[in-house]
Amino acid sequence: MFTQYKYWRPYISPYDPCKPIEVKSYATPPQLYLGFQPYGLPQFSSPKEALKFGTLWPQLFSPYPDPHKGVDKRD
Amino acid sequence: MWYYEKKLQYPVRVSTCNPMLAKYLIEQYGGADGELAAALRYMNQRYTIPDKVVGLLTDIATEEFSHLEMIATMIYKLTKDATPQQIKEAGLGDHYVNHDKALFYQNAAGVPFTASYIQAKGDPIADLYEDIAAEEKARATYQWIIDLSDDPDLNDSLKFLREREIVHSQRFREAVEILKDDKDKKKIF
Amino acid sequence: MTKKMPPEFYQLLEEIQAIDFVIVELNLYLDTHPHDYEAINQFNENAEKSMKLKIDFEQKFGPLMNFGRSFSNYPFNWIDTPWPWQV
Repeated sequence: MFTQYKYWRPYISPYDPCKPIEVKSYATPPQLYLGFQPYGLPQFSSPKEALKFGTLWPQLFSPYPDPHKGVDKRD
Repeated sequence: MWYYEKKLQYPVRVSTCNPMLAKYLIEQYGGADGELAAALRYMNQRYTIPDKVVGLLTDIATEEFSHLEMIATMIYKLTKDATPQQIKEAGLGDHYVNHDKALFYQNAAGVPFTASYIQAKGDPIADLYEDIAAEEKARATYQWIIDLSDDPDLNDSLKFLREREIVHSQRFREAVEILKDDKDKKKIF
Repeated sequence: MTKKMPPEFYQLLEEIQAIDFVIVELNLYLDTHPHDYEAINQFNENAEKSMKLKIDFEQKFGPLMNFGRSFSNYPFNWIDTPWPWQV
């Protein structure tokens, strides 16, 4: 399923020396899901906007850092 | 041939004199997954890849050189007016004794650039998969540099460069599909 | 006395960067979508816009390109600062 980030909970040992990071994450950006780009994909509203985002197409934009980082992801 | 245009692809601003960040950024200058390696890799693969994807390799390679220039600009701005004392404190003393403030094609750990970073297998699928992997690795490297950097202006440019890796990866994935499909045979448009 | 570029320099430069960026994006897209007629139109329209912006920029701030892709004043002003990494 397409989401920009995936989350997982690593095993935590009582003997781990550092304070455990309970939820770890990794990026799964849009190019992994888009397939061959279809014609006529919606574009950013202006060239300046496109430049700012680093792509002409919002569907190819990937935010970094994860905007939901630090938010509790327990289902 | 190539012409030079006197402008950066994207504006580079640096808000603080922090040579430590230059030490990290050099990874994208002369590192295994850096912009130089990317530009040279794609430029070199053009000669043996099927004609249908030569344009893409040429254009992405050319764009990578403009990214190399952006990285150089960041390093230049971060170190230009730093005192030897600041250079030393930033952990760039080893670089300074050998190169002063000259840029050098090396990675963040000081390992010089080598041609072995650039794969050229001659097999189009192997080469394009290498290119996709290279874009994902460069994307990851940008992520880790952004994590270490607290300069909002610099991060703005780094996020742009990270996004470009994503678009390039997308195009290389499409190039693989083009080679799989033999689209020339059935023009449906 | 060192020269300082006026705000207009940065404004025009960013406008060019934005248009040229759209062109780069469309170019890469067209490399893998050579039959997208709409995208080719957009590519050509932006190429024209870019040329116009650059004529205006070069009249004010000097040549953007080397090897005869831009005209020169007297004295030869291609060599004038600022270079891209200096702005």
